[in-house]
Amino acid sequence: MNDALDVAVRLVIVFGLFLVLPLVVGQTEHKVMAHMQGRLGPMYAGGFHGWAQLVADGVKFAQKEDVVPKDADRRVFQLAPAVALLPYLLVLLAIPIGPGEGAVGQVIDAGIFFVLAVMGVGVLGSLMAGWASANKFSLLGGLRTAAQLLAYELPMLLAAASVAMAAGTVSLPGILNAFEWWWLPWQIVGAIVFFVAGLAELQRPPFDMPVADSEIIFGAYTEYTGLRFALFLLAEYAGIVVLCGLTTVLFLGGWHGPFGGDGLGWVWTLLKTAVLAFVVIWLRVTYPRLREDQLQKLAWTTLVPLALAQIALTGIVKVAIQ
Amino acid sequence: MREPTVVAADAADYFQTYSVVGVLAVVGVLFVAVAFTANRLLRPVVPTPEKLLTYECGVDPVGEGWAHTQVRYYVYAFLYVIFAVDSIFLFPWATVFAAPGYGATTLVEMFVFLGFLAVGLLYAYKKGVLTWT
Repeated sequence: MNDALDVAVRLVIVFGLFLVLPLVVGQTEHKVMAHMQGRLGPMYAGGFHGWAQLVADGVKFAQKEDVVPKDADRRVFQLAPAVALLPYLLVLLAIPIGPGEGAVGQVIDAGIFFVLAVMGVGVLGSLMAGWASANKFSLLGGLRTAAQLLAYELPMLLAAASVAMAAGTVSLPGILNAFEWWWLPWQIVGAIVFFVAGLAELQRPPFDMPVADSEIIFGAYTEYTGLRFALFLLAEYAGIVVLCGLTTVLFLGGWHGPFGGDGLGWVWTLLKTAVLAFVVIWLRVTYPRLREDQLQKLAWTTLVPLALAQIALTGIVKVAIQ
Repeated sequence: MREPTVVAADAADYFQTYSVVGVLAVVGVLFVAVAFTANRLLRPVVPTPEKLLTYECGVDPVGEGWAHTQVRYYVYAFLYVIFAVDSIFLFPWATVFAAPGYGATTLVEMFVFLGFLAVGLLYAYKKGVLTWT
């Protein structure tokens, strides 16, 4: 009975974080972008600096009419947002935020493997939306999403494999237990490759060609309104949380910190994740959009060779210190 | 050989782990279902033919949405499938390659593996496959 209660508490916490953290990132994005561009951002809702803006947005989305175009493939169109969103919830379960079994939703032995596999499912949501909308812009967006998938998935996989080699395990808590501070410089190339590939997976600027608003309206999400559109947005921000959390755990040592001890481990994890999320927003404000073929070129001629080089380096160092 | 009881405990652990994942998936599905149902109760439903029309920058849509397009990246798709299938095998290998008794041998193997991937990539590059057509 206690076991069941324990599992229930963990699931509630994971689910709560899944609902709260993306909103925090979203609100931060409003404000950070506003300050970087010399404007105010939302100031009205909630009184103090527009803190309730996303709540207001949520209320609006929940009451908005849900339009399914006459020509669309109805069932697939309606299911697509759920397919895009739920994988990130499952990934969140496997990310450890502190030392010990108490600070991770569920220890999964196949950690990295599970996480990468499940994250891959999320893209299906965009593809389903792009195809089912029966809209030319949506179709183009879907095709771009597919092209993007071909570019980022491989470097991401290779960079993650490098960490698995360094730690000698694919379990996420196992990797953190094996972590030493000098892994930072050792795995830095892999970290950058992983993070950039992750940005491409999330379709965040500078890799937002699948939703490029000035070219193809809003890509696969053009026909969506109301709650289903909101779920796609939530998926994007949940994706940021998951990507930053994974980069933290795999490459930045997760709950390890220069001081504070094990008790404050979760603070370090959240801090590093927050800094990375800030970088994601910063990149959005800073860089213009790449073209789809430029992403392919970047991935196949830069990211993949870099990831292979990182694997070679990891292998040599690991065997040398053995 | 491991004791049968240990194996049984491992199996129980394994199923327990993934049943938690399964329960969370169910929670997620319930969340979406509740959200959609609540949305159904809250929203207005006033469809008009214009509203249900495919959106195409405000003018009436021309032809149908499932249009013929040239998929320009299918060579990338081949490359990707080949490489991705290869690199999956890195993970099981990664967990044991530095274990005592392997060391140099597995390292040489790794370079053979990386060599294959690199030559493949170089070949694709030389053939001009990696430029958008």
